[in-house]
Amino acid sequence: MEPLLRLLEKFGRDTLYHLTQVGRMGIFLSHCLAQAVRPPYKIYPVISQIHFIGARSFFVIVFTGTFTGMVLALQGYYTLRQFGSESLLGSAVALSLVRELGPVVAALMVIGRAGSAICAEIGIMRNSEQIDALECMAIDPYKYLIVPKILAGIIAMPLLTFLFDMVGILGGYLVGVVLLKVSSGIYFQSMYDSVVWQDVHMGVIKSLVFGLLIVWISAAKGYYLHLDRSGGFGAVGVSRQTTSAVVLASVTVLVWDYLITSIMM
Amino acid sequence: MGEEKPVIELLGVEKSFGSQKVLRGIDLQVAAGTTTVIVGASGQGKSVILKHMLGLVRPDRGQVMVLGHDLARVSGRELKRIRTSFGVLFQNSALFDSLTVFENVALPLRERTRATQAEVRDKVMEKLTFMDLQGAEKKYPAQISGGMQKRVGLARALVMNPKVVFFDEPTTGLDVKKSNEIYRLFHKTQAQFHYTAVIVSHDVPKIFKLADQVALLADGVIHGCMTPVEFQLSPKPLIKAFVEETMGPIYSSEGEEATIE
Ligand SMILES: Nc1ncnc2c1ncn2[C@@H]1O[C@H](COP(=O)(O)OP(=O)(O)OP(=O)(O)O)[C@@H](O)[C@H]1O
Ligand SMILES: [Mg+2]
Repeated sequence: MEPLLRLLEKFGRDTLYHLTQVGRMGIFLSHCLAQAVRPPYKIYPVISQIHFIGARSFFVIVFTGTFTGMVLALQGYYTLRQFGSESLLGSAVALSLVRELGPVVAALMVIGRAGSAICAEIGIMRNSEQIDALECMAIDPYKYLIVPKILAGIIAMPLLTFLFDMVGILGGYLVGVVLLKVSSGIYFQSMYDSVVWQDVHMGVIKSLVFGLLIVWISAAKGYYLHLDRSGGFGAVGVSRQTTSAVVLASVTVLVWDYLITSIMM
Repeated sequence: MGEEKPVIELLGVEKSFGSQKVLRGIDLQVAAGTTTVIVGASGQGKSVILKHMLGLVRPDRGQVMVLGHDLARVSGRELKRIRTSFGVLFQNSALFDSLTVFENVALPLRERTRATQAEVRDKVMEKLTFMDLQGAEKKYPAQISGGMQKRVGLARALVMNPKVVFFDEPTTGLDVKKSNEIYRLFHKTQAQFHYTAVIVSHDVPKIFKLADQVALLADGVIHGCMTPVEFQLSPKPLIKAFVEETMGPIYSSEGEEATIE
């Protein structure tokens, strides 16, 4: 009986803890949204954060985008050839990229590059009382620190996704047309024929949502570092929190990818 | 001053962290324009008291009245307004490490006022010059010494001409020369701006020279809130023990008059 009770108690405590976490995340976002619509609006911090996220992720996006396109073309070619429809290669590559892989892989890359950096930066500021200092100076930390990052995430993510799609299509061209000798005209024609506005629409919605999710989760994890039950202290606290932000953000992106797809399909 | 309402008043403030009871009923009053020094051994909760006054921590029980407001009851916006009259020098300076010295001091001006670039520049440079920090304005906090960081923190705390300034161990970790420098700047700035000061410090007996009242925090309560001279001559066992512990040598030779420094 005793161990069972203890198990139950632990389960209850964990549930409460995680519910509190979720509630905190919600409060965090509502503060951010409230501060985002409150004047004054400052453009420069947003631009500098777009630069931060964009510059950090640019090359990794180009690199992973190219290879994703290349492998899609390779896989697609051999599958399609079995049905004698290599002519659909362009369509297969483009649709996979625009609807699915572009937003998701780009988001995962941005989590690794920028999300982790955001979490660590805010976590260190929390640890060294810089956030307390902001509050004591009557400067709203949400407005000053977080809002520019969230806006930048929402703006940068679609741009990076677009970049990913473009280099992906070029990567597919490289393998499909240059290497495997599908006609260049057919590669692009099948793309034009099959990719409709709705696909682009879905990709854009996804990337907007992912941009928000990534910065929200990463920033909140850093911001509430001191409230973590495993002890958010020192360098270990920051590194633990950063890891957990990366994992949580990645999982959340994949879950929302499924949800958005199932709603919009 | 006597009749005037205190700037800060703690009434029966209690605070626990988990199972650890840190504050067990703090009563403390800080009158306008005075300097209150809180002393006490490490880990007694001095910083926690300051955080209550700053509205960063809420008491489990009791009241924290600042400038006539109960901090536990005010709205977020009101708290922000109250904090516009604060200046804080944190224990570890808490400078923004990704901003230069200049930008650190300029931040409150930029975020809270509509000052033009030129005005910001003038005000910041005036404060930095006051603190003997000319030439350091382009450096980052990690590139300057601990003593300089404290002075930057002081410049940042004072740049908005606050009514109340909080100092959490302004000289801990500094050598004698540097801490004297901080005290000199404290004197100079308080004479000029007439702010109310709350100082947490270990630096006995030097700190007694600055204080109008001294409060000893031990075991979660304030023991005696009195003038430095009264404090040093107090017969209360806890205060006596503290004074002897921290000022030892002066008092050890028998028959010698109790003097400060
Ligand atoms: N946020 C917190 N969470 C949990 N415990 C805390 C927190 N802040 C302070 N404490 C605890 O409260 C006690 C008092 O801490 P505080 O920092 O106020 O001490 P202090 O008197 O300022 O000491 P020092 O002179 O070393 O700065 C410590 O034992 C500390 O463990
Ligand atoms: Mg302290």
